Amino acid sequence: MNIDNYLYLSALLFTIGAVGVVVRRNAIVVFMCVELMLNAANLTLVTFSRINGTLDGQVVAFFTMVVAACEVVVGLAIIVTIYRSRRSASIDDASLLKR
Amino acid sequence: MVTNSGLVYLIALPLFGALSLLLLGRRADKWGHLLATALSAGSFAVGLFQLSEMLGRATESRPVTQKLFTWISVGSFNVDASLLLDQLSICFVLLITGVGTLIHIYSISYMSDDPDRRRFFAFLNLFIAAMLLLVLGDSYLNLYVGWEGVGLASYLLIGFWNQKAAYATASKKAFIMNRIGDMGLSFAIMIAFASLGTVSFSGVKENAHSASEATMTAIGIMLLVAAVGKSAQFPLQAWLGDAMAGPTPVSALIHAATMVTAGVYLIVRSNFVFDAAPTAQLLVAIIGAITLMFGALVGTAKDDIKKALAASTMSQIGYMILGAGLGPAGYAFAIMHLLTHGFFKAGMFLGAGSVMHGMNDEVNMRKYGALRKFMPITFITFGLGYLAIIGVPPFAGFYSKDMLIETALNAGGVKGILLGGTALLGAGITAFYMTRVMILTFTSPKRWDDNQHPHESPILMWAPMAILAIGSVSSGFLLSRGDALKHWLEPLFEEHGEHTELLPPIVVSGLALTMVAIGVALAVVKYQLSEVEAVAPENVTEFTQIARRDLLQDEINEALFMRPGQVLTSVLVKFDESVIDGAVRGIGQIAMGSGSSLRRTQTGFVRSYAMLILIGAAALIAAIWVVTL
Repeated sequence: MNIDNYLYLSALLFTIGAVGVVVRRNAIVVFMCVELMLNAANLTLVTFSRINGTLDGQVVAFFTMVVAACEVVVGLAIIVTIYRSRRSASIDDASLLKR
Repeated sequence: MVTNSGLVYLIALPLFGALSLLLLGRRADKWGHLLATALSAGSFAVGLFQLSEMLGRATESRPVTQKLFTWISVGSFNVDASLLLDQLSICFVLLITGVGTLIHIYSISYMSDDPDRRRFFAFLNLFIAAMLLLVLGDSYLNLYVGWEGVGLASYLLIGFWNQKAAYATASKKAFIMNRIGDMGLSFAIMIAFASLGTVSFSGVKENAHSASEATMTAIGIMLLVAAVGKSAQFPLQAWLGDAMAGPTPVSALIHAATMVTAGVYLIVRSNFVFDAAPTAQLLVAIIGAITLMFGALVGTAKDDIKKALAASTMSQIGYMILGAGLGPAGYAFAIMHLLTHGFFKAGMFLGAGSVMHGMNDEVNMRKYGALRKFMPITFITFGLGYLAIIGVPPFAGFYSKDMLIETALNAGGVKGILLGGTALLGAGITAFYMTRVMILTFTSPKRWDDNQHPHESPILMWAPMAILAIGSVSSGFLLSRGDALKHWLEPLFEEHGEHTELLPPIVVSGLALTMVAIGVALAVVKYQLSEVEAVAPENVTEFTQIARRDLLQDEINEALFMRPGQVLTSVLVKFDESVIDGAVRGIGQIAMGSGSSLRRTQTGFVRSYAMLILIGAAALIAAIWVVTL
């Protein structure tokens, strides 16, 4: 199987994630789209690691996973707190800093 | 040179008086005037002691110095704050402290009703201290400190009654016109430092001959500007008349002992500069001649007794400056006239104060008359001063003025005839206007209202006048006997060759006395033998009208300097407001404008931020892709 297909797949996933972040209002969905973008990037890293025959990309992929895990913890906590205080998970409603 | 640690007390005593009276404030009201007078007298005593010491030494070891502290020490440039007392300084020290003390005594009574008498005495002491520092400094820089101090003290005293707006303006006028002169002195110091590398009198004297004549001329002209400002000479004479705003003892102090004599001192002290710069020296003599005529002409038209005396001061200082501009032949006579003038002018100003004291502060001579009967002592002392100033032998002014006229005539060539002729004519006009003052005040019929009650002044006021009158009678004879003052000052000046005699001395004296007699006779005919009006007549000649307005000095100053200066200032203010302020405000406007337009991009919607980040990242990648392609 041609290894380039992995790259096409990751580009597709990244695009779906990016469009989701920009288009969707629900904070949880946006958050999942961000995760999708991160994992698309991970797939790219691993693919290039395979192409180049070195382990660098895989090591960075592990870093990304750790960072993503931390981000999930913090991000979900923020979303839950906002939902509790404002009864809304729409990110367009959270625009207080504009003023 | 001999050092002497006693010189500092000359300055320290009056300075201590000024500081303590000012710092103690109202607590010193009861005894402040006594302390100030005692300290001034103490300074005079120190001066007398120094004179006796000096007389006991041989001619070449007479000058003494005292180093106070190192003032400036930068590389090879060193200035010590040092005092120098030599044959010239001692004359001034005794004049300043002696006449100054008499004026202090007079002021105790004259100012007794003034609530601010203590402050007045503090300023008097400050004036004496500053003037002593001026004549005792051993370098131009030390002199400059005293010079500025004198300017400050005169400003404070002229504007002593500054609750009257006109008086406050007069003090500002004096201060500002003096600043022009001060600028000349500072330029002279800078030129001396830049070209000769030294600012001490001895240092400049050593270098005077090796330096180029152009340099010495530049220094000389700048020194002349300084002297012109401080001594109220043409063209910076306009402040002197307005300086009459101060209390009368101040006028006596300014005109006799301090302030206006500073310019003469500066020029005589800098004799080595002017001897090396003939052009500057000639300019000094010309300025002196112009001023002596200017003052004399103004004096003929003034009805205010103090302003008439002020004009005469200007004229007499003109004589001194003329003498100082005649080179080594004239220095000693300039100083001699300065000393005799110190006596008779102080005496006459105190006399004028005494007249005003008895006449409810009326200064218009047309409202006086017949005061001889009511103020006999003032009449006699003023009269002796009058005889001295017009130069009647054997009174003081005869000796000194006669010598100056003779020296001017003997200066040689057209220069001698012109300068000497001016001095002779000036002597005649002096006799005219001083006789006019005398007649209008004392001997003509009374013209004052019946509610005036003229009376003689108390002893504290007439005693100083009497002492000064004795000086007016005797000082000329004593100073010129056997050329005493000339020989005393001789070691300071360069030898001068035998001068040619245009006319024998006896003829010159005869000419001068003839001029004086004509002047007196004219005044007697015009004011004693004919009716004097109590109100100044309006239908007078064009010349009288101009002379009443000080020969248009203020109009000329205003047209030439004040109005163009005001236009320049308003243009600069507009420039400041439009260009400089505009630039500063413009920068602020740009920052605020760009801020408020960029603020619109901050919508607060997370998704639009994400969109922007995405577009930015895509653009960045596209840019890198384009570059690497």
